[in-house]
Amino acid sequence: MSSSQVKLMIDGNTLEAPRGMLLVDAALRAGIDVPVFCYHPKMEPVGMCRMCLVEIGRPSRDRQSGEFLLDENDQPIINFGPNLETACTTRIDEGWVVYINSERALEGQKQIVEFLLTSHPLDCPVCDKGGECPLQDLTMLHGPGISRFSFHDKMNSLKRVALGELIILDRERCIQCARCIRFQEEIVDDPVIEFSNRGRSLEIVTFSEPGFDSYFSGNTTDICPVGALTTSDFRFGSRPWELNAAASICPHCPVGCNIILNTRREVKMGGSEIVKRVLPRQNEMINEIWICDKGRFAYSYAMDSERLSQPMIRVGGELEETSWDNALKVAAEGLKQSGANLLGLAGGRASNEDLYNFKQLIQGLDGVSMLNDFMAGGKQNQQIGLGPGSNLGDLGVGDAIVVIASDLLEEAPIWWLRVKQAAERGAKLIVANARFTKLEKYSAHTVRYSFGDAPETVLGMLHYVTGDSSLNKYAKVDGQEESARIIKEATNAVLFMGSEGSDSESSKRLVQACGSLLAATEHIGKANNGLIPVWLKNNTQGAWDMGLTPPEKHLAEEFRDRTALYLMACDPFGDNPEMLQELPQDAFVIVQELFHTPSVDRADVVFPAQSFIERDGTLTSGERVVQLFYPAVSPHGESLPDWKILARIGALLGVAMESTSAAGVMNRIAEDIEDYGEIHYRELMNREDQWPPVGGKQIYFGGTAYENSQGIGIRLSSRAQRGEAYEPVWKESPKKPKGEGIRIVPIVKLYDQGTTVLPSLLLAQRIGQPELVIGQEDADRLLLQNGAQVEVQWNGTAHQFPVAIDNDIPEGIVLLPRNRQLGLEMPMACNLTPVKPTSKEKGE
Amino acid sequence: MSELILFRHLDIPDINDLDVYLANGGFKGLREIVGKKSPQEVVDIVKASGLRGRGGAGFPTGVKWSFLTPDVFPRYVVINADESEPGAFKDREIMERNPYQLLEGIAICCYAAQAQTAYIYCRGEFWDLAKELDEKIAELKDRGFLGKKLFGEKFDLEIYIHVGAGAYICGEETALLESLEGKLGMPRLRPPFPAAEGLFAKPTVVNNVETLANLPPIITRGADWFRSIGTEKSSGTKIFSLSGHIAKPGNYELPLGTSFRELIYDNGNGIPNGNAIKAILPAGASAPLLPASEEILDTGMDYESVSKAGSQLGSASIIVMDETVDISWVAYKTTKFFNHESCGKCTPCREGTYWMFNVMQHIKNGEGTFDDLATLNSVAESIVGKCLCALGDFSTMALTSGIEYFQEDFNAHLREKV
Ligand SMILES: Cc1cc2nc3c(=O)[nH]c(=O)nc-3n(C[C@H](O)[C@H](O)[C@H](O)COP(=O)(O)O)c2cc1C
Ligand code: SF4
Ligand code: SF4
Ligand code: SF4
Ligand code: FES
Repeated sequence: MSSSQVKLMIDGNTLEAPRGMLLVDAALRAGIDVPVFCYHPKMEPVGMCRMCLVEIGRPSRDRQSGEFLLDENDQPIINFGPNLETACTTRIDEGWVVYINSERALEGQKQIVEFLLTSHPLDCPVCDKGGECPLQDLTMLHGPGISRFSFHDKMNSLKRVALGELIILDRERCIQCARCIRFQEEIVDDPVIEFSNRGRSLEIVTFSEPGFDSYFSGNTTDICPVGALTTSDFRFGSRPWELNAAASICPHCPVGCNIILNTRREVKMGGSEIVKRVLPRQNEMINEIWICDKGRFAYSYAMDSERLSQPMIRVGGELEETSWDNALKVAAEGLKQSGANLLGLAGGRASNEDLYNFKQLIQGLDGVSMLNDFMAGGKQNQQIGLGPGSNLGDLGVGDAIVVIASDLLEEAPIWWLRVKQAAERGAKLIVANARFTKLEKYSAHTVRYSFGDAPETVLGMLHYVTGDSSLNKYAKVDGQEESARIIKEATNAVLFMGSEGSDSESSKRLVQACGSLLAATEHIGKANNGLIPVWLKNNTQGAWDMGLTPPEKHLAEEFRDRTALYLMACDPFGDNPEMLQELPQDAFVIVQELFHTPSVDRADVVFPAQSFIERDGTLTSGERVVQLFYPAVSPHGESLPDWKILARIGALLGVAMESTSAAGVMNRIAEDIEDYGEIHYRELMNREDQWPPVGGKQIYFGGTAYENSQGIGIRLSSRAQRGEAYEPVWKESPKKPKGEGIRIVPIVKLYDQGTTVLPSLLLAQRIGQPELVIGQEDADRLLLQNGAQVEVQWNGTAHQFPVAIDNDIPEGIVLLPRNRQLGLEMPMACNLTPVKPTSKEKGE
Repeated sequence: MSELILFRHLDIPDINDLDVYLANGGFKGLREIVGKKSPQEVVDIVKASGLRGRGGAGFPTGVKWSFLTPDVFPRYVVINADESEPGAFKDREIMERNPYQLLEGIAICCYAAQAQTAYIYCRGEFWDLAKELDEKIAELKDRGFLGKKLFGEKFDLEIYIHVGAGAYICGEETALLESLEGKLGMPRLRPPFPAAEGLFAKPTVVNNVETLANLPPIITRGADWFRSIGTEKSSGTKIFSLSGHIAKPGNYELPLGTSFRELIYDNGNGIPNGNAIKAILPAGASAPLLPASEEILDTGMDYESVSKAGSQLGSASIIVMDETVDISWVAYKTTKFFNHESCGKCTPCREGTYWMFNVMQHIKNGEGTFDDLATLNSVAESIVGKCLCALGDFSTMALTSGIEYFQEDFNAHLREKV
């Protein structure tokens, strides 16, 4: 027995556990439950609720020698104090004798339950938590049959307090455990809720505007041990025991959080199944037991009545619904006739199976297939990505994390959270960007470069690592040298690379520079080291892995002269209406889509695709973890999964593809694509014991997040990890074009106006109107004040926005949230003209 | 009457004038140590004096200082001037009438604790007093008793006043620290104790006003002199705040161990209107009441004896009740007080004080039944020893002792359950 292990006895069982472990955790590891309310294994203990009262006996020691004192039978003399103690705050030591279920301890626990119930409404029959409520369970176990507390003295409080439009508080049910407050403060650092008042009047309030302003607010409803906090989508929506649970993967960003879709048949929906709520599913390597509010609340799009439900073909200029057979026939005919110069364009939200079959079909028809994106890095991720054995949760003292050209909180909230936590554990965080982002608060070093200079900034760091004198012209901003030293000295280093401020060309140079830096500092080819691209779509890495890459030229050029266009899971004409002019008028267009997008309006054949809730498939996260999602509800209308639609067309055109199951497509992928050689659905379903235990019986301990019984996914190995040499290259930067005037830079906002977010009525209030962010100098020059309208022209189009002045933005740069219909994928030159208010608006 | 150590203003009325204070030996104690004794030597003197905390718990002051985590700086000294115990008004008199002795005591404590910053946490209602103290601090700074390099030695010191918002719980030292940090006043989990992680998570000494006012004479006159006053285990004098049914209420500085009788009859001139004494609350609302027997009256007011008699000396805010007092009314008042003052952080106190108050209210309104006494006792039992801080225990003391000694007072309001 090592000295860091201690032996103790709990309820007669002898066990060994690390010295200093909290008694509550040690007991649970030994299979003994201590009831808790305020304790949560992810947070510091506070000992507030007093639910976990137990009897603790400690061996008496000789004052001089420190040896245990023995009784006449040579047994250590055990001293029990006069009081019960809280197991959640007490750290274990050698020789303890603990009673959790002794008469005295149970008496104490009963007293606490009785206290908690004095003013509790016990409206379990209508409470959303009923059925998965720790208080309800403990009441059944310990609660007195009859209340000694006078019913008339019960404290009445407000039953519906909207902390924001997402989270509703029932003040009567709150047991003042502060889990919610502590989560917001300790875990996500959005301290926007607090206790107000004192004593029996202690109550939760929010003081942010808008209320409960946090991207992580929904998690508080999972860990609230009672029905005090509920999400507005689920409130009074269903009883937990009526729900089915399908394992899934969040489709909104490249983190790939593991989720559960809770579904139920709904009378209002004609008896069909719908998703009632989204809950986190534990994966301590990916999202732990958390998800962001976008993942939790932006799911209604999949059930939107606007979804395409039938195939359509264009007849006499109009789209008409038709049968699958007919639509497939028309599509196959069209491709035969006009497919001479075929372009396939797919989006990074499709699954690996879809993307693989897409590539097969287009290739089989001698066409060219591409990914509708511009950011580079997919190849380098295959070469020098993180690889098996990695876990952002392992990074800490001695390690370094670099985040460059990304506003991680907006682009990938759970990565932001995990990076923040790694920094708090002691990892040195370097945040490099052209503007302030919230992650800077936790950084050891911030590097600010001029917009567009991300590659040069990294090359400057490389200069300090290698001493390469040809690079010293890039060593020009504060923090490069120090950052280089930190990365070089780090045991492990992970580099998150985003695309903010990049165009396709500079993104390439940036990833090459990043790869060179990681290689020069020997942070490749081993677990917890390497590159993570912060993709704009959830499965962009999967697309690269399936062999799809962004266009080499501008998309407009790719569209010219095409005779046919095949679109899957992307909407280039919606993103940029100007593109309609680029595609020849007579080009034959096929679209596989969820919604009637502007691209559908240009289509000759339209296939309704299934959304992620109706089918199975795999997604590859930015960390290159392949994960499986399962069907949760029956398909919308006649929609089919993308991979199947493709296989059916292939069958008509003599391109043989897997058409029976998504699992079957994955088997093909495994044969065909080296990195996926080991990936099969059965292995993706593997589970692993995780700490803390959550869900099911352990809801009182970790909350209602689901336990992961459907698969934790597989981390792909990088080429460097497999011993393949990585040859870093980097390119000199081209001369910057002079006198360009103002550049407009697209940035990411979590709640964007994308098709997957807009239908969410819940998030509608948080999306807000896009504002043009402008620096003080430019605003002054143009005589613009906050909120003033300005017309912005780029690429021959004009748009109007209100401006928001931000001192942090340098002259010559304006920022605009990414949005559809703007044709603003990458930074470009623009013109600003203030819009004169009409005399009426002036109030004259 | 014994010598006045703390209430020197009774002998020298103008001692709240700095020059008068200086002319009467003021800052001699501080001068004697700064640069001349090591901080450890000062800690040892205070240990040897047997001085115990006057804030309520009576913890040996020098021993508390020696718990400061070594080698961690900065450190802080925080002066507990929250004085909120019902019937306590002694710290206020020190601050009003003999303020420089407190300020010198603070400086001595800071020197011993190796702290450069002290905060005086005043209860919200002391705002005017806080203003006066601020002026005195500014004056000390002008005259070279505060600031950088005091007396040319390596000792910097700043003292700041912080005014609370009026919560009894902020007298509890960790709730006080939370409040001082700008947070809601709620006690912290202990350990860590303030000496290890106190204000801003740095090693911190928290001492009561009266405790620190004892330091200048201890330094100038020595530990042995101090030990010669009071009892063996409770040395020095204590200020007893005497109130209730008493002919001459007020603060009395007497050696620890002085009997209740001497305080009440010799100093306080006894009970008015020829009434008989019924009971004594020796520590405001926070400790069991004592039925006024001859034996109790002869009990010495030191930490050990009062505890042996079944109560606590606490902050020695002695409330005397004569025969006209209905003890169930006293229990009603104390439960009302604690229901109002519970911070609500932990379940037994938050719910239990609310419960006991509701039952007492029914009893007061004539709606109580005989079962209620059993309920009250059992609720109290569910609270005691299960709370996060001592307030929970306090809340039950007057009530359960009241039921124990004066059940007939309660019975008079009760009826059988129907
Ligand atoms: C509920 C509660 C209220 C208290 N109020 C006061 C107070 O008003 N003044 C005070 O000096 N100590 C008060 N204390 C005691 C302090 O927690 C602490 O023990 C004291 O300030 C230490 O100083 P001392 O060692 O000089 O006595 C209170 C304790 C509790 C539990
Ligand atoms: S919070 Fe739990 S115990 Fe309270 S009403 Fe809801 S289900 Fe019942
Ligand atoms: S709302 Fe829930 S989590 Fe928050 S304090 Fe109340 S019971 Fe605890
Ligand atoms: S015992 Fe009372 S005052 Fe003390 S922490 Fe608990 S609720 Fe607050
Ligand atoms: S006090 Fe231990 S769980 Fe709340």
